Amino acid sequence: MLTFLRRRTLTSLPPLLAVVLGVFVLARLTGDPAALYLPENATAQAREQFSAAHGFDQPIWSQLIDYLAQVTRLDFGTSLRTGEPAAVMALRAFPATLQLAVVTMLLACAVATAVGCWAALRPNGLGDRISSLMSMTAASVPDFWLAILGIWVFSIMLGVLPTSGVDAGGLSWVLPIAVLMLRPAGVLTQVVRGAMIAALGSPYVKVARSKGAGERRVVVRHALKNAAPPALTVAGDLAVGLINGAVVVESIFGWPGIGKLMIDSILQRDFAVLQAAVAITAISIFVLNIGIDLGYALLDSRVRQKVGAAA
Amino acid sequence: MTAIGMEVSGLTVELATPRGTVRAVDGVSFTAYRGRTLALLGESGCGKSMTAQAVAGLLEPIASVTAGSVQVDGEDLLKVSRKRRRQLAGPALSIVFQDALTALNPVLKVGTQLAEPYRIHQRMPARQARAKAIELMRHVGIPEPESRVDAYPHQFSGGMRQRLLIAMAVALSPKVLIADEPTTALDVTVQAQILALLARLRAEHDMAVVLITHDLAVVAEEADTVAVMYSGRIVETGPVDEVFEDPRHPYTRGLLDSVPVDAERGSDLSSIPGAPPDLFSIPPGCPYQARCPLVRDVCQTERPPLETRAGRTVACHVAEGTAR
Repeated sequence: MLTFLRRRTLTSLPPLLAVVLGVFVLARLTGDPAALYLPENATAQAREQFSAAHGFDQPIWSQLIDYLAQVTRLDFGTSLRTGEPAAVMALRAFPATLQLAVVTMLLACAVATAVGCWAALRPNGLGDRISSLMSMTAASVPDFWLAILGIWVFSIMLGVLPTSGVDAGGLSWVLPIAVLMLRPAGVLTQVVRGAMIAALGSPYVKVARSKGAGERRVVVRHALKNAAPPALTVAGDLAVGLINGAVVVESIFGWPGIGKLMIDSILQRDFAVLQAAVAITAISIFVLNIGIDLGYALLDSRVRQKVGAAA
Repeated sequence: MTAIGMEVSGLTVELATPRGTVRAVDGVSFTAYRGRTLALLGESGCGKSMTAQAVAGLLEPIASVTAGSVQVDGEDLLKVSRKRRRQLAGPALSIVFQDALTALNPVLKVGTQLAEPYRIHQRMPARQARAKAIELMRHVGIPEPESRVDAYPHQFSGGMRQRLLIAMAVALSPKVLIADEPTTALDVTVQAQILALLARLRAEHDMAVVLITHDLAVVAEEADTVAVMYSGRIVETGPVDEVFEDPRHPYTRGLLDSVPVDAERGSDLSSIPGAPPDLFSIPPGCPYQARCPLVRDVCQTERPPLETRAGRTVACHVAEGTAR
C-alpha cells in the first residue's frame, strides 16, 4: 500500500514538471507585463527597471532555472498585482473550487445512480427512453449558455437567486452547482445505466434470484457493486474536469475559486499566481487519480490483489 | 413408488424475436422423483436449458412461458405470486449453473454468497449465517473452510467454484435441484468428483435432481430416467438402461451410434447427418424428418405424439417396427 503510494507519487512527478514548464513558457507568450502595469506613457527606462525588478529582462531559460530553483523551496514567487506570495493566493482560492466540485460530484453521482439503475431495470422501457433523452441532453448542453440562461431566468426574471458571488449563503450555491452538475450527471447516468444492464444480465444475478433475492438486494448488493468500477472511472474523469474546468462557470458566477483566479491572472499577466494556480490544480488531479485507483481496490478484490502484488 | 419431487406438464416457452415468435420449448412434460435423477438430454439449442430456466423462473425478458404447469409440493410455480415464487426459490427448488466463474459474484466474498439463502429465507443474523456458510463449505468438501470463507471466487479452482455453487443451491435442502450442465466446463477428473458430490447430496437431502446435459456418458452413469429432447420436444423417455440398451426413436439411436465404442483408429466416426431445424422454420410433422433414415410420408404431415406403447414412451410414427 505504502509502496503503491510512493510509486504513484514518483511517476506523477515528471508530468507535473511538464505542466509547470508548459505554463511557464505559455504564460510568457501572452505578452510583456510591463505594458500592463506601467502607464502607457512610461519611459523606456521605467520599463527596463520594472522588467529588471521582476527578472523579466533575463533570457527565458535563465528565468526558468531561477523559477524551478524557487519552486523546489516551495516558493512560487509573488504576485505582480498584490505583492502577496502566489502560493498563498492559490491556496486561498482552492477550497472554494474544491467545495463546489465535491458537492457537485456527490449530487451528480446520487442522481446518476438512482436514474441509471432505474432505467436499467427496464431497458428500452418508457422510463429508460425518457431518462436517456434527458441525460443525453444534460450531457450535451454547453455550460456557459446554461449559466447565462439560469441567471436570466432565476436571477433577473424571477429574482429568486443571486446573479453572482457568494454573499447570499446557500442560495449562492444553487445556480453554480445546477449548471456544473448537469453534464457529469448526464454522462454518469448513461454509464451507470449501461454497466447496470450488463450486470443485471449476468449469470450471478440469475443465481441471486434463484436464491430468492428480492429486487432491491439484486440491484444494490449484486449488480451495483459490479457496475461501480466503470462508473468510478468516468466519475474521476468528470471530477478532474470540474476542478480543471470550473473556469467558465466560476467566471460567470463570480465564484472566488481557482478557475477565476487563473483567468484573472492571465488577464493581468500575473505569471507567478497563474503558475501557482496551475500547479495546485495539477497536484490535486494527481491526488484524485491515486484516490480513484484506491477506490477500485476497495470495490474489487481482484484489483486489490494486483495492487498488493505489484507493490 | 418414491415421492414425486416435481411434475412438469405441457411446458411451452416462446421467444419474441425481431424476426417473430418462435417456440423454443413445445409441450414438455416430465416427472422428477425425490432421491432420483432425471436427465434431460439433447444437443445445443434443443431447448433443454430453456426448460430448466423456465422451471426455475429465470427466463430472459424475451422468453415467456405460454402454457404448462410446474408442480412442486402442491403448488404451481408458474401460477404463484412473485413474492411466493421468491419464497420457494431455495427451499422448494434451486438450480446449479454451468459456468461457476460467472455464476458466482466476483466482488462478493464466497462466505457472503453462501450465507445469502439463510439471510434471505430465515432472516438469520450475519454471524450465524457465516457459521452455516462454513458448514456448507465443509459439506461439499472444500478444504479449510474457516479461512476460505472470506476468499473471493477468483481465488478458487474451477472444481471448487462448482462445489461452492452446488453448496449454495443445496443450502436450504430443496426438494428439487436442477443442474444445468454442471460439469461441462470442467476437467474429466473433476467432472467425476462433482457428479459424485451431486449423487451424495441427492441421497442426503432426498432431492429430485434434474440433470441437463448433452453428455451421454454422464447420463448413463448418473441418471435413473432420461428424457431425450429434440427441437423443443421430448422425443423419447424412459429408464436409462432401457432407453440406452434399446433406443426406439431414430434420433436417440443416432445419438448413441455417434459414441465411438471399440472404433478402430483411423475409421470414420459415425454422426447424424444434417443439423436440427431452424426454430423459425420447423416443418409440419416430425421435426426430425430431414435427418431421419426411416422417414415416411406420414412423418412430413403429422406430428408424432409422445405415446406409451408396450412400456416404451416415444414420439415417432415408425418407432414400433424398429426395435432391434
